[in-house]
Amino acid sequence: MQNAARELQEEHVQHQKQKEPDKQPGHQPDKKKNKNLEYIKKNYLLYLFIAPAIILTIVFKYIPMYGAVIAFKDFSPMRGIMGSEWVGLEHFTGFLTSPNFLNIFMNTLKLSSFELLLGFPIPIILALMLNQIRRANAKKNIQLILYAPHFISVVVISGMVFLFLSPTGPINSLVSLVTGNTYSLMSDPDAFRSIYIISGIWQGAGWASIIYVAALANVDPQLHDAAKIDGASLLRRIWHIDLPVLKPVMAVLFILAAGGIMAIGFEKAYLLQTSMNIPASEIIPTYVYKLGLQAGDYSFATAVGLFNAVINVFLLVFVNSVVKKLNEGEGLM
Amino acid sequence: MNLTKSDRILLTVNKMLLVIVSLLVLLPLLYVFLSSFLQPNTLLNKGIMLSFSDFSLDGYARLFADGTILRGFFNSVLYATGFTFVTVVVSILAGYTLSQDGLVGKKTIMIFFIVTMFFNGGLIPTYLLVRDLGMLNTVWAIILPNAISVWFIILARTYFKAIPNELKEAARIDGASDFMIFLKIILPLSKPIIFVLALYAFIGQWNAYFDAMIYLEDRELHPLQLVLRSILIQNEVQPGMIGDQMARAELQRISEMIKYSSIVVASLPLLIMYPFFQKYFEKGVMVGSLK
Repeated sequence: MQNAARELQEEHVQHQKQKEPDKQPGHQPDKKKNKNLEYIKKNYLLYLFIAPAIILTIVFKYIPMYGAVIAFKDFSPMRGIMGSEWVGLEHFTGFLTSPNFLNIFMNTLKLSSFELLLGFPIPIILALMLNQIRRANAKKNIQLILYAPHFISVVVISGMVFLFLSPTGPINSLVSLVTGNTYSLMSDPDAFRSIYIISGIWQGAGWASIIYVAALANVDPQLHDAAKIDGASLLRRIWHIDLPVLKPVMAVLFILAAGGIMAIGFEKAYLLQTSMNIPASEIIPTYVYKLGLQAGDYSFATAVGLFNAVINVFLLVFVNSVVKKLNEGEGLM
Repeated sequence: MNLTKSDRILLTVNKMLLVIVSLLVLLPLLYVFLSSFLQPNTLLNKGIMLSFSDFSLDGYARLFADGTILRGFFNSVLYATGFTFVTVVVSILAGYTLSQDGLVGKKTIMIFFIVTMFFNGGLIPTYLLVRDLGMLNTVWAIILPNAISVWFIILARTYFKAIPNELKEAARIDGASDFMIFLKIILPLSKPIIFVLALYAFIGQWNAYFDAMIYLEDRELHPLQLVLRSILIQNEVQPGMIGDQMARAELQRISEMIKYSSIVVASLPLLIMYPFFQKYFEKGVMVGSLK
């Protein structure tokens, strides 16, 4: 996405450059239009190539955006989107004043912000540690192991969590050796967030470190040599040479992650839910799914989803501006 | 260059920590793999005292005694292949167009795509659309709604931009049509990006369960991940897997064995294959973010 933003900027500049000749006297505005038409005719193949992407985007991305108006209506499948009755913000106020609201909202916020705060630094630390391994072979083998869990599906990861944490599972067997007690962690609301976050780190931290490892490969070794001669210790060199190289990558990834806080993935939370840990594991996306697709309350569920999306956009803009301040004016947008 | 004593200690600690971290990642996987051949909890009770006679293929035999998992496997192959084909074709074509200098309307088209990265209609409107299109319980519900990936298009575009224009100009002077240039010059040069995109698409679809869960009610159509979900999360055991064992403790023992072996069956293919493709995966991450 960082890419996309940069590309857009570049194109904007290009666009302005193209515009400039028009300002010269004697240039007809029609001329450009004709030139464009000519270009399209000559390169019709290019437009044919991009047509499937555009059609799919319109159908499966833009039409649902229009479909989201049912959040403001009392949608009945019989009467369709157009024919359903307009109720304004009724569903939104309904959600905000419902007794569930605060709990579900806070669950979403806590789960993803804890995940971000705990999960974000670990790939960076891993990359810095890997960067100190001189033997290329050893480094590659460690990376091979650390990346592996990324390729395991979320269903299998959740299944492993259930197996490992079951009262008769390996973790409890080890714990009972020491304490004599077993804990049914999957039914404990207090344990849910830790389970979710730790299993997420186990699966994702290695893979997430790739990008930092790559950035560190760009550090000029001469910088380190020079610092060594000056008597800088290893930690000081990491702090003053390696970390500054990672800073721009960190800034972008942090904005993207923080901007997605409310867009936390549905998939694992839903799988790890049990009837007992619901007080902590019910988050907005799982709530929308149950309300909309299981209970059939389409309008209300859409309103909840839309509320979530709007908060998310605000968060993205807010985090971007904060990071920009801390990062000498460099942000995503 | 000589290191100070404290630095050398630090480096040793660093190595030890990395070994510990690697073990933390590896041990759960190893535990699952070994347990799939054992009676429940044998590994914990016996530890290194395990003997060859403890190993059996009972879990696997029971898993495959029922056709559900094989059917899920074949469904997953079908969905992942179909999805990969459509996504890669659409992304490569769109990326090629957007890589052209001076394309009229490029900025508008880019904005048109990028908007969808930040805004979408949400779960319910998308579901209602798919339903109204009559795609519920069909392969199309899995393939089409997510076939468009802005990220893939940008990856492809970045790759095409790096192909020198002179190649195309030379072919054009030789009288090749635009289509022939794409087919004979651009495509053969694009094998690496096609491969990277195909890997990402295939694995993403192979490991996904959500779309199948909401769009495919018919159990015959369920992909592997949904079959796994019923075994691992919902604790459902197919009648074919248990045979006539009815005692509760026995049932639990069997279902646990089936769980471990189903994890191995579902995850081992990718885990064995991925080291061979590792450099392509890393390439994909890099092109996508650092450029």
